[in-house]
Amino acid sequence: MATLTEAPPPLSPTAPAHKPPRRRGRWTPYWLLLPGLLWLCVFFALPMIYQASTSVQTGSLEEGYKVTWHLATYWDALSEYWPQFLRSVLYAAAATILCLVLGYPLAYLIAFRAGRWRNLIMILVIAPFFTSFLIRTLAWKTILADGGPVVGALNTLHVLDVTSWLGWTAGDRVLATPLAVVCGLTYNFLPFMILPLYTSLERIDGRLHEAAGDLYARPVTTFRKVTFPLSMPGVVSGTLLTFIPAAGDYVNAELLGSTDTRMIGNVIQTQFLRVLDYPTAAALSFILMAAILFMVTLYIRRSGTEDLV
Amino acid sequence: MESYEPDRLSPAQVAAVRRSLRNGRGAMTRRSLLRASTTGALALGGLGALSACGIPAAGKTEGGTAADDHSAKEKTVSFSNWTEYMDVDDSGKHHPTLDAFTKRTGVKVKYTEDINDNNEFFGKIKPQLAAGQDTGRDIIVLTDWLAARLIRLGWVQKLDPSNLPHAYANLSAQFRSPDWDPGRAYSYPWQGISTVIAYNKKALDGVEVKSVSDLLDNPKLKGRVGFLTEMRDSIGMMLLDMGKDPEKFTDDDYDAAIARLQKGVDSGQIRRFTGNDYTSDITSGDFAACIAWAGDVVQLKADSPDVDFVIPDSGYLTSSDNMLIPNKARHKTNAERLMDYYYEPEPAAELAAYINYVCPVDGVKDALAKIDEDAANNPLIIPDKAMQAKSHSFRSLSSKEETAYEAKFAKLTGA
Repeated sequence: MATLTEAPPPLSPTAPAHKPPRRRGRWTPYWLLLPGLLWLCVFFALPMIYQASTSVQTGSLEEGYKVTWHLATYWDALSEYWPQFLRSVLYAAAATILCLVLGYPLAYLIAFRAGRWRNLIMILVIAPFFTSFLIRTLAWKTILADGGPVVGALNTLHVLDVTSWLGWTAGDRVLATPLAVVCGLTYNFLPFMILPLYTSLERIDGRLHEAAGDLYARPVTTFRKVTFPLSMPGVVSGTLLTFIPAAGDYVNAELLGSTDTRMIGNVIQTQFLRVLDYPTAAALSFILMAAILFMVTLYIRRSGTEDLV
Repeated sequence: MESYEPDRLSPAQVAAVRRSLRNGRGAMTRRSLLRASTTGALALGGLGALSACGIPAAGKTEGGTAADDHSAKEKTVSFSNWTEYMDVDDSGKHHPTLDAFTKRTGVKVKYTEDINDNNEFFGKIKPQLAAGQDTGRDIIVLTDWLAARLIRLGWVQKLDPSNLPHAYANLSAQFRSPDWDPGRAYSYPWQGISTVIAYNKKALDGVEVKSVSDLLDNPKLKGRVGFLTEMRDSIGMMLLDMGKDPEKFTDDDYDAAIARLQKGVDSGQIRRFTGNDYTSDITSGDFAACIAWAGDVVQLKADSPDVDFVIPDSGYLTSSDNMLIPNKARHKTNAERLMDYYYEPEPAAELAAYINYVCPVDGVKDALAKIDEDAANNPLIIPDKAMQAKSHSFRSLSSKEETAYEAKFAKLTGA
């Protein structure tokens, strides 16, 4: 309604008579959109409708499932599994922060300091993707094995005493604890953080750094006032690309975790495949989607950028 | 939208409103159009479509269970099996027993190892079977409880005994009449599986493990004990340890077993529940001991000598993976001939020598001894009398029980 209070700019009296010169191309954008829209419809909208329907059905495998608009499924699912929801958000947030802390310096190095090593380091970042997600996660079981060098070193340095006290690990082991799951999540999603960070850092004009120096800014100030703000699109999209899949992940919790580290993805998997409670599984998926959508919207609003990368 | 224009607005204001639809934040840009149309479509179409879908009741599929049998015309059969569940020659490309079958009968076998997990595979084939469609598979191999579920749902075809003379004659007594398929009308075992306790000598460090109680009660094993995510294996072993019979237990027995395991979870004695990935935990020594499948342990032992197994005095659990012919399979007769082939002593021995599971075929001992003397004397492959006496199976569950038990077990494992 803001438009009503402003003085309207003068309308050109001939405006309606002026037709845009090229009417021919009017439908082109829509034709170009068509394949994408069809794709979205078949592989996104239809499955969504199907899932939404499943979430309000009741029945059993023998008797079949009927839509009964049993919305209580949502409430039951939420009140039963809220700890797993909370845990998923916490683990995903921890992994995202760790990714940012680890990924930013690396992306900075690749963008500004790597010189002729740039391509090699980029390949090293992407290289783990050449093996499967499962193998990469299983590798962490070897790395963090109870008798392995990593756990041995952490025990000698009494680091595990501290993390045990914090409840991140249990006794003198790392595997099958929250710490192991967060480590796995961080490792698996790190490239999704580094790549957008790199693209937006690489785009920064080097002369801006020089200009900041010329204006007597110390390197820290330059980073705080120039580099970091300009890399915000990368930070936002990197955190989103890390947080969203991490919150729904179940492989890491399955392989590196224990009974008290199960995430919402595990619950959905169990309900869908083992217990065969399809309505609850579908309802949980929708709640997860709504929760993530809500958090992401808030986050994008707050960070004030719609320009992702 | 255009039809309602209140009189109070001045012409300039009206123009501004109209313009605002074309420019500025409220403009009908492509993005807002997309957003609006998606929301609209979801809201309108969604509600209608939501009510329209639903899953039909099982077993009430149209057009019956059988398809036309194309066996005579199409000399082929497609066989879906678990990974590493078939003999392989040295080049790693051929399956000698399957090749011999093709050579003898002229029927080509399309062999795929696409089953990794019963639950997952059920999720995969369920939509087709529920809709009464061909899954593209003529033989599938599923563990007892899932085979029982498919039979219960009416999703598999009755076998023709006249095509299965060897299978009928040679099936071991142990596997003859499970309560979910009396007389084997729908299924024949591919291999038997024994559930035992595996341990890592090095990790145990002198601690003695002989029973499930040892796993749960010995404080020296705290955080180094594993159980299986397969409900029947974990609960079945627990029931045996508590002196109950997994062939006939009650709801209360089940709850007592869950409570006993829950104590182990709460105290941190149980490290975690695993699928097949326990093999890496037990070889690395992260698990000092765990519930395990004997076939795996026989194979693990070959690579890591620290790993071994023990059969508790209270007994162990035997289940089997069963060959079934799903509804609408195109080559039923060919499938039955292939099933029967694996009940002839020679192919059965060749297979057993390679994969080390419990052989469900009687009279293979001599044929197996010719290939591998040790295997023929291994009670895990060909069970002797003493072994058979300790073997128990988990009773079949009704649909209601299954859901309730799985839900309780899911809660035990954390979700």
